[in-house]
Amino acid sequence: MEHTIPEKHYLNEATGWKSWLMTLDHKRIGILYMIMVMFSFFLGGVFALLLRWELISPDKILMGPEMYNQAFSLHGIIMIFLFIIPSIPAILGNFVMPLMIGAKDVAFPRLNLASWYIYVIGFCFAVYALFTGGIDTGWTFYTPYSNETTTAVIPILTAAFVLGFSSIFTGLNFIVTIHKLRAPGMTWFQLPLFVWAIYATALIQVLATPVLGITLALLMLERVVGIGIFDPAMGGDPVLFQHFFWFYSHPAVYIMILPGMGIISELIATFSHRRIFGYKFIAFSSLGIAFTGFLVWGHHMFVSGQSDLAAVIFSFLTFFVGIPSGIKILNWMATMYKGSISLDTPMLWALSFLILFSIGGFTGIVLGTLSIDVHLHDTYFVVSHFHYVMVGGTVMAIFGGLHYWWPKIWGRMYNETLARIAVVLIFVGFNVTFFVQFIMGTQGMPRRYYTYLPQFQGMHGFSSIGALIMGVGFLLIGIYLIHAIFKGKPAGPNPWRALTMEWETPSPPRAGNFEGAQRLTHGPYDYDKVVPENALKQYKTL
Amino acid sequence: MNQTTAHPAHLQHHFTDAHQQAESAKLGLWIFLLTEVLLFGGLFCFYAIYRSWNPDMFHNAHAFLNVWMGATNTVVLIVSSLTMALAIRSMQLGRRKHTIVFLSGTVFLACVFMVIKYFEYSHKIHLGQLPGKWYFFEGIAGTNPHIFFSAYFLMTGLHGFHVLGGIAVITWLIIKTSRGSFSPEYYTPIEMTGLYWHLVDLIWIFLFPLFYLIG
Repeated sequence: MEHTIPEKHYLNEATGWKSWLMTLDHKRIGILYMIMVMFSFFLGGVFALLLRWELISPDKILMGPEMYNQAFSLHGIIMIFLFIIPSIPAILGNFVMPLMIGAKDVAFPRLNLASWYIYVIGFCFAVYALFTGGIDTGWTFYTPYSNETTTAVIPILTAAFVLGFSSIFTGLNFIVTIHKLRAPGMTWFQLPLFVWAIYATALIQVLATPVLGITLALLMLERVVGIGIFDPAMGGDPVLFQHFFWFYSHPAVYIMILPGMGIISELIATFSHRRIFGYKFIAFSSLGIAFTGFLVWGHHMFVSGQSDLAAVIFSFLTFFVGIPSGIKILNWMATMYKGSISLDTPMLWALSFLILFSIGGFTGIVLGTLSIDVHLHDTYFVVSHFHYVMVGGTVMAIFGGLHYWWPKIWGRMYNETLARIAVVLIFVGFNVTFFVQFIMGTQGMPRRYYTYLPQFQGMHGFSSIGALIMGVGFLLIGIYLIHAIFKGKPAGPNPWRALTMEWETPSPPRAGNFEGAQRLTHGPYDYDKVVPENALKQYKTL
Repeated sequence: MNQTTAHPAHLQHHFTDAHQQAESAKLGLWIFLLTEVLLFGGLFCFYAIYRSWNPDMFHNAHAFLNVWMGATNTVVLIVSSLTMALAIRSMQLGRRKHTIVFLSGTVFLACVFMVIKYFEYSHKIHLGQLPGKWYFFEGIAGTNPHIFFSAYFLMTGLHGFHVLGGIAVITWLIIKTSRGSFSPEYYTPIEMTGLYWHLVDLIWIFLFPLFYLIG
């Protein structure tokens, strides 16, 4: 069936740059975020490639120790604060969530636009820091070093502080939107699971981020005024900084992964054409992860000198996080069981997520084990674990989500062949890059060094080849996705035959989302009761 | 129902009715207050840890705070919460002039609070009872008395900024009220500011005994 682009939609109902910079439309704000966040991803990716380039050989190729410290710090800070934390909520949450619940917009559209501007201000501070001395503390800003180094600590802390407000406002907006603006008749248990995940994420954003704000403010005051709170020379306690920092930053890794899990729930159900298995378990496990995530920060500090009792308790509690995550994985697999699975690109990303995130999750249990962590602490094992959950988890989910909703956002389809090639490149490249890092870590390769013992030469070289493959893969994705915006085939309202409400709108949707008030006619996963209309093509069965 | 009540000017297009809009604003503000509690929570944590490590020093240092000034400020803020509540009630009853009087009273009391705080601060600065490395007062027994004043200035300072913010917002409310922007049907901004103001008050009610009444 041939589709056409509707005459009037949110992209052309108002024109001119002012209509974009002053827009209150959640869809346009999502796109503004997409531009900034994806540029940050590119920037962080460039630093990643530079790191892997340097690590091809133990000799100095590009960077000496000081520059290497700066490069890994900037890679971490950009990827964490500018890319992965805002990514899914601010781009896809903004665009899709109000459509999914049948709302015309988020509850506070002006606050929504303000949060984008705050993000831009934070971005500018980060770039300013980049050009005025850089930063070499790592993304964790540990005292006492962050109090002593001569690099641009204050601008980068200001950046993270400001970005925190952006994150808080987004979270606040989403909580109120989900509570108050659901379509009439849509109960909590008829919400798509992506919305549940965004909701749980928003709770963490709102509850944890203020603590990061005050922590960074205290660190700035320590540096500028000398208040003595973290400075041991003045009776302060540097480990207290770690407690404060991880009280935010551990929950923050669930800000990073939970929305990704939400996307996976949508992808697995849509492409298995089957009612999601264990809806309530998946929904509540999101809240479970959000809650448990607040109780485990001490597992980052097993060797920091916290009390043995605290370490044992934190280790024990850490294992509990595995339970809700495991519940999700098993429910997704049960959903696929006997489903008619079609292997379109978004589903390939979802399957990559399942494999890579499982590896990342299990190695997390390994690291949560107190005695093993003392051995593996600060080695490449930790680096690899973190990248398996964050890249193998969240980034796979982001790109799954972007490919899934791209036809909704722009009304046009990307090149499916190139897209499948890109998934394979990323999946292979990722494993080549990071799997050897588990092995290097167990053999004692410490993180954050520009050089290494000759025995690691082979594995480091192998890892760098993987990074290059990933780089090519992401470049390819950038090219065909941008090409699709202008030249792609019109996708039609519901190319994937999905049942959530955003697919009931034309692609791209109109400015006010829905004609009149939206009414709920069926649940988000009623594949056993409803046959979705407007299929782009006959779906293939395995 | 006539046309004006069906589509009042203050109703934004994406809400179905004024009730939904007011409920959203209220929930949003409560969540905002929650973030404020957590922001201050970090500082309360700072206080608790260092007090538990240096109980004697905290006890000795607190004697240099002026209890009477602190107590007066406590009363001033509690009364300002009352005038804020009365301002909301007046607008519910449609008494615009009373609302302006009570809001002005709240701003006045907030200014009194800041003036008293100014005298307390300048006395401490004069004596050298300052945070961290700026501390040069001699006469408080115990280890690291500058930490006490770091906590004191940080916590009352952050609270003071919130009072200043409140003054700005309430002044804006007075202007809006005198222009006739609010009515018994729509007074959400006054109500929201009231909630915020009560939190600012409440935080002081915790700060006062923690700093002035150790013992």
